[in-house]
Amino acid sequence: MIELSDVHKAFGSNKVLRGVNLTIPKSTSMVIIGGSGTGKSVALKCILGLVTPDRGTITLDGQDVTKGDRDAFLARFGMLFQGGALFDSLPVWQNVAFRLLRGSLKRPKAEARDIAVEKLRRVGLKSETADLYPAELSGGMQKRVGLARAIAAEPEIIFFDEPTTGLDPIMAGVINELIREIVTEMGATAMTITHDMSSVRAIADNVAMLHDGVIKWTGPVSRMDNSGDPYLDQFIHGRAEGPIEAVR
Amino acid sequence: MSLTASLAAIGRPVLAALALIGRLALYAFETVTHLLRPPFYGREFLHALVQIGWLSLPVVGLTAVFTGGALALQIYAGGSRFNAESVVPSIVAIGMTRELGPVLGGLMVAARVASSIAAEIGTMKVTEQIDALVTLSTHPMKYLTLPRVLAATLAVPVLVGVGDAIGIMGGYLVGITRLDFNAAAYLKNTADFLETWDVVSGLIKGAVFGFIVATMGCFYGMHSGRGAQGVGRATKSAVVAASVLILAANYILTELFFSA
Repeated sequence: MIELSDVHKAFGSNKVLRGVNLTIPKSTSMVIIGGSGTGKSVALKCILGLVTPDRGTITLDGQDVTKGDRDAFLARFGMLFQGGALFDSLPVWQNVAFRLLRGSLKRPKAEARDIAVEKLRRVGLKSETADLYPAELSGGMQKRVGLARAIAAEPEIIFFDEPTTGLDPIMAGVINELIREIVTEMGATAMTITHDMSSVRAIADNVAMLHDGVIKWTGPVSRMDNSGDPYLDQFIHGRAEGPIEAVR
Repeated sequence: MSLTASLAAIGRPVLAALALIGRLALYAFETVTHLLRPPFYGREFLHALVQIGWLSLPVVGLTAVFTGGALALQIYAGGSRFNAESVVPSIVAIGMTRELGPVLGGLMVAARVASSIAAEIGTMKVTEQIDALVTLSTHPMKYLTLPRVLAATLAVPVLVGVGDAIGIMGGYLVGITRLDFNAAAYLKNTADFLETWDVVSGLIKGAVFGFIVATMGCFYGMHSGRGAQGVGRATKSAVVAASVLILAANYILTELFFSA
C-alpha cells in the first residue's frame, strides 16, 4: 500500500502540492486526474524520490520511502514515462532488458534478451523490433517498448505517466487495454496519471482528482459519474463553466 | 537608482557566479568519489573512450599539423631578424609539447566533446531519460558522468601526445620544403633540445584539460533547462566554460611547472 500524508512541494514561489493525502491499496489501480500543471507528475515523482517533498510523509507498506535501501526500493517499481524515455543509444531489447543487464537483477545476456523479446511480444511487438533503435519506431511502438521495459523485471508497483498522450484514439485504446490486462495478470499495484477519460474508465479501480495542490475527490471509478463533486463533474464532462477556472 | 539597488545589481551576479563555482566544485568532487565506489560501467567507459579519444584524432591531428607548420614559418621569420633561424626545430618542438599541443588539443576537444556531451545529456534530461535511469536503479553520475570524465582524462593526454608528434612533423615538413633546412639536421636539432619534462608536462596538462572538458559537458548537460533552447544554452555554456577553464588551468599549470 502506498500512502501520501500531507505532502507539500513548491518550486520557488509556485506551490504545486499543498497537502496531498492519498492511499493506494495493494494490487489496485489508482488513476489520478486533474488539469495540466496541477502537480500530478510531481506527486508521482515524489513517491519515486525523483523530487523531494518539502513536507509530509510518503510510505510504502508502512515504510518511509526516503529511508532504507534505495536500490531495493526502486527494484519494486516499474515506470512508463510520458514520452517513453527510451535510451536512444541502445537497441530496443537493451532498453527493455536494461535492469536485467546490470545491478542486483543482472542476468546472462542471452537470458536477458529472451526476457526482453518475450515482454515485447506481450505488448504486441514482433521479435524483429528487438534490434531496432528507438528513433526507428513510431510513437505507439515507443509507448509499447516503454511498457515492456516497465514490466520487464516484474515489478510489484507500476506507474504510468500519461500513457496515451500523443497517440491516436485507436492506439490509445490498445495501450489502455494492454495496461489493464498486464496490471491484472501481474497483480501489480498501479498508479496512472492522465487527462484521458477513456484511459480512466479502462484502467482505474479508483480515481483521485487533484486540483490546486490537493486531492479534491477520491473514490471507486464506478462512483465517478455520480460523485456530486463539482470539480470532478466539470473535469470529466470537459465543461468550461464550473469551479475550475478555464483560461480562454 | 538608489545605492542599495546598485549594490544589489552588482551583488546578484557575483553571488550567482560564486554559487555556480560551488556547484561545479561539488559536482567534480562527487564525480571523483564515484571512481572509488562500485558499480562501474566498463562498456560505457569503452564507448566514451572511442567517442572522445579515437574520433577526436582527426581534428586534433589536423589542428596540430597546421599549427606546427605555421609555428615554423613564424619562428623563422622572427628569428631571421637576429640571425637565429637555426632555433626553428627546437622552438617548434618545445612550443608544441609544452603549450600549443595541449592547449589547442584541449580547445579542439572542448569544442567537439564538451558540446556533444552537454547536448546528449541535456537531451536525455529533457526527455526524462535521466529520470528513467534513476527508476531503473542506475545512478546517472556513475552511468553517464564517470565513464565520460574518466575516458576524457585518459584519452586527451594520448591525443596531446599524438598531436605533439604531428605538430613537430608539420614544422619539419615546412622546414625542409619551404625553409631549406637539412632534414637530418632538423631532426637532430629537435631531438637534442627536447627534454622529457617538456613532453610530460604537456601530457599532464592534457589530462587536466580532459577532466575539465568532460566535467563541464556533463555538468551543464545534467543542469540543462527545458526544451531545445535549454539544451542549446547548456551546450554553449559547456563549451565556453571548458575553454575558459582550460586557458586558466594552462596558466596555473605553467606557473607551477616552469616558473623560476
